[in-house]
Amino acid sequence: MSFAQSWDFTPGARVVADDLRQCSREYEWLEEPHVSPDGERVAMVAALEGPAFTMAVNGEAWETTFDKAWYPRFSPDGRLTVLVQADGDWTLAVDDVAWEEQYGYVWNTMFSASGDIIAACIQQDGEYGFSFDGTPWETLYENANQPVISKDGNAAAAVVQVKSLAQADVVTFQEGIFSVAVNGEAWDSIFVNCWNPVFDPAGKNVAATIRRSLYDYSVAVNGKAWTGSYACAWGPAFNPATGAVAAPVRKAGAWGMAIDDAMAWEPRFGQLWQQAFSPDGSKLAAIACTRFGEFTVAVDGAPWGATFPVVTDLTPSPAGARFAALASDHNTNFAVLCDGKVWDGRYDMAYAPVWSADGAHLALAVEKAGRQTIVVDGKAYPQSFDKCYAPAFSPDGKLVLIRALAGGKCHRIVAPVTAFTG
Amino acid sequence: MKTIADRLIEDEGLRRGVGRLTPEKIQKVFKELVAGECGARMKTYMETCVRCGMCAKACHYYMSHKDPSYTPVAKVSQTMWRLFDADGKVDPEVIYQCAQVAYTECNLCRRCIHYCPLGIDTGYIISVVRRLCHKLGVTPQYIQDTAHSHSATMNQMWVKDDEWPDTLQWQEEEAREEFPGLRIPLDVEGADFMYSVIAPEPKFRTQLIYQAAAIFHAAGVSWTMPATPGWDNSNMAMFTGDSEIMARVERAHYEAAQRLRVKRIVMGECGHAFRAVYDVANRWLGWKWHPVPVVHSVEFFWELIQQGRIKLTHKFAEPVTIHDPCNVIRGRGLMEKLREVVHFLCDNVVEMTPNREHNYCCCAGGGVINCGPPFKNVRIVGNSIKAEQLKATGVHWCIAPCHNCHGGLDDIISKFDLNMHTKFLGDLIYELMEKPE
Ligand code: SF4
Ligand code: SF4
Ligand code: SF4
Repeated sequence: MSFAQSWDFTPGARVVADDLRQCSREYEWLEEPHVSPDGERVAMVAALEGPAFTMAVNGEAWETTFDKAWYPRFSPDGRLTVLVQADGDWTLAVDDVAWEEQYGYVWNTMFSASGDIIAACIQQDGEYGFSFDGTPWETLYENANQPVISKDGNAAAAVVQVKSLAQADVVTFQEGIFSVAVNGEAWDSIFVNCWNPVFDPAGKNVAATIRRSLYDYSVAVNGKAWTGSYACAWGPAFNPATGAVAAPVRKAGAWGMAIDDAMAWEPRFGQLWQQAFSPDGSKLAAIACTRFGEFTVAVDGAPWGATFPVVTDLTPSPAGARFAALASDHNTNFAVLCDGKVWDGRYDMAYAPVWSADGAHLALAVEKAGRQTIVVDGKAYPQSFDKCYAPAFSPDGKLVLIRALAGGKCHRIVAPVTAFTG
Repeated sequence: MKTIADRLIEDEGLRRGVGRLTPEKIQKVFKELVAGECGARMKTYMETCVRCGMCAKACHYYMSHKDPSYTPVAKVSQTMWRLFDADGKVDPEVIYQCAQVAYTECNLCRRCIHYCPLGIDTGYIISVVRRLCHKLGVTPQYIQDTAHSHSATMNQMWVKDDEWPDTLQWQEEEAREEFPGLRIPLDVEGADFMYSVIAPEPKFRTQLIYQAAAIFHAAGVSWTMPATPGWDNSNMAMFTGDSEIMARVERAHYEAAQRLRVKRIVMGECGHAFRAVYDVANRWLGWKWHPVPVVHSVEFFWELIQQGRIKLTHKFAEPVTIHDPCNVIRGRGLMEKLREVVHFLCDNVVEMTPNREHNYCCCAGGGVINCGPPFKNVRIVGNSIKAEQLKATGVHWCIAPCHNCHGGLDDIISKFDLNMHTKFLGDLIYELMEKPE
């Protein structure tokens, strides 16, 4: 049984922590609350006298204290991680136990989809790479950027600098000093730039956007570059079913979608990015600018009818080949777009949409006049909170887990989809 | 009349770049650029200029060198007109000259628009010349290196991914000695605003981050900084003419703010960064306006003062003057707010003349200072008019809410022995504010 299946989905409301300021140790201050995915625990960095730092979880402080602690994150399987410094070295602590290995710096905690593997970027003696559950890459690089891990967490990739660069050495730079390293091993090919490496769902293949000269953008898959040359290109994505690679590319001043180096969507967009395949690979959607200042979502090249000044957070459903996104104007007046339809609600802020496993329902946290709540299929929960975390559906999609803060307490509510009536 | 050919300066980047060109290649790239990227605006400017020379007085280069080849119209006649006249088929050496004019003899400060009876924006024409030079690979070495840094790290100074949070944490620790409990909140989702700075701040001017954190702490505001790339709001790629990298950098900046679900972006005291975020790169990306509102420090400090969130222990007593940075004054109209902030902080303000939207540029902006040592002298001598303007105020303190302006003004101050010091608004607010226990 996976962690998500073990969650308590008994309908009803519970208070998980009834005083968010309470802590078993005397503290100077508590930082932002983070709530576990199952909503059972609320954790904060606690600054103690000293100064020293630790984590407070449901009011109980960890035993271990550190010189610094930041970036607390729960893994998808419910473990609490935090980046910590002790005696000048950095490492990552998981549920009050620090990794044995220490590094010059550690950051950007990442998890496999199930949460069983924890990885982070590391710097050791001025060299860069990854550490998996405490074990570093064998080869580290002069620099590593744009880190990414595979879904199963067994592989990581980053853009790496494979040649040294003297100050203001524009010649060497333009000859190429970057590549992509997968599990510490760099591709044979070297480019002027590499960006946005991405794994296929199986974690076996990696694609990235590249620049072969200052003007020649393209895509490389497992180190082999497309022959096509484009004026610009954004990050690629794999078709989960076929393994084909799609990337927005710019030609003659407009954006189109190239799939495996052939133009699949003619370049007629003012912008095209954040493309995403449905998990069955049957549909490809992307955020598209149809006219200057007018954005929407295009599915298989066909734009939805309604346009907005800004569209973000394109999210494919796990099943059913549906797509949702957020629209906004100047970062307010947020609306939810779902399969081309615009929900009625307008919000001051909206958070990333979450689908039920069967793709039948869509939920998200929204904010209006300083109060937050959860909206499911366009209808709001009849109670508002100071803060709502991302909602989650029960495996059968019938119930919604609300994790929220209000009145200095941490609330955990399980409500049927039918309870969202506002 | 002298021309650019009489004052060529050797630069490795320019020299190597023209070495790879032929007249045919230049023509091809020029024609593609005109057909693909220059619409009615360029055509109108090319056709309507009546060569009246009214713009001459606008340009600090001309006012300083008193050489007609430095006037705005002469910059255009030596570059774009020449290219149009030859249908783009020019000798590579001409491109060297175009590049030197475009990158090192024009700050894109847009003062000249105000003097042209037809409203011709020479700064725009010169940026198109830069775009051409970028496409031809003829860019000054030093600024090109910053564009390379932007492309690889999303910041201007090769700051690595760990160096950024590490530096902030170190500043936070230092500041806690003075302000117990102060935080530089990293990656806090849902904060009111994301504060972004330019890469020289974590690299050389960390006290500015310290001061900003102290001010925000005293004001009790909800803020955050991204822990990931996207934190640097500067954009030298905009100035080299590499629009694609400019856009990539700006996308990262806006996406950092969108990911953090902040209400808006507050930017540190930098003029060109504001231009990139507020005006140029957002539009290249297809947004008519901003996906997330952007507020320059001048305006943000003004708000904090209006709201009574900053209280002073005393005002700055010595006389000060105000330098109006082009990109936030001509570019955003913050002249009155800037004055209200300065008058709130200082008892004795001596205006330089001309001021506000007619202020002379510092001569560092538009990427000129970033072209580095080879061109430093022309830039400094090229702004004796600014030196005279500063000197005439008779004061020892000059407030300039722009990084590049500080660079440019400091150079002029030392060259012309002006016995002045430059200050950011943040310097003064930090110095004068009531500090929480
Ligand atoms: S430096 Fe300023 S005034 Fe001079 S030509 Fe350029 S934009 Fe015009
Ligand atoms: S003032 Fe305007 S019209 Fe007159 S020369 Fe200058 S740019 Fe041309
Ligand atoms: S550096 Fe300052 S004065 Fe100079 S162009 Fe930029 S904003 Fe204007």
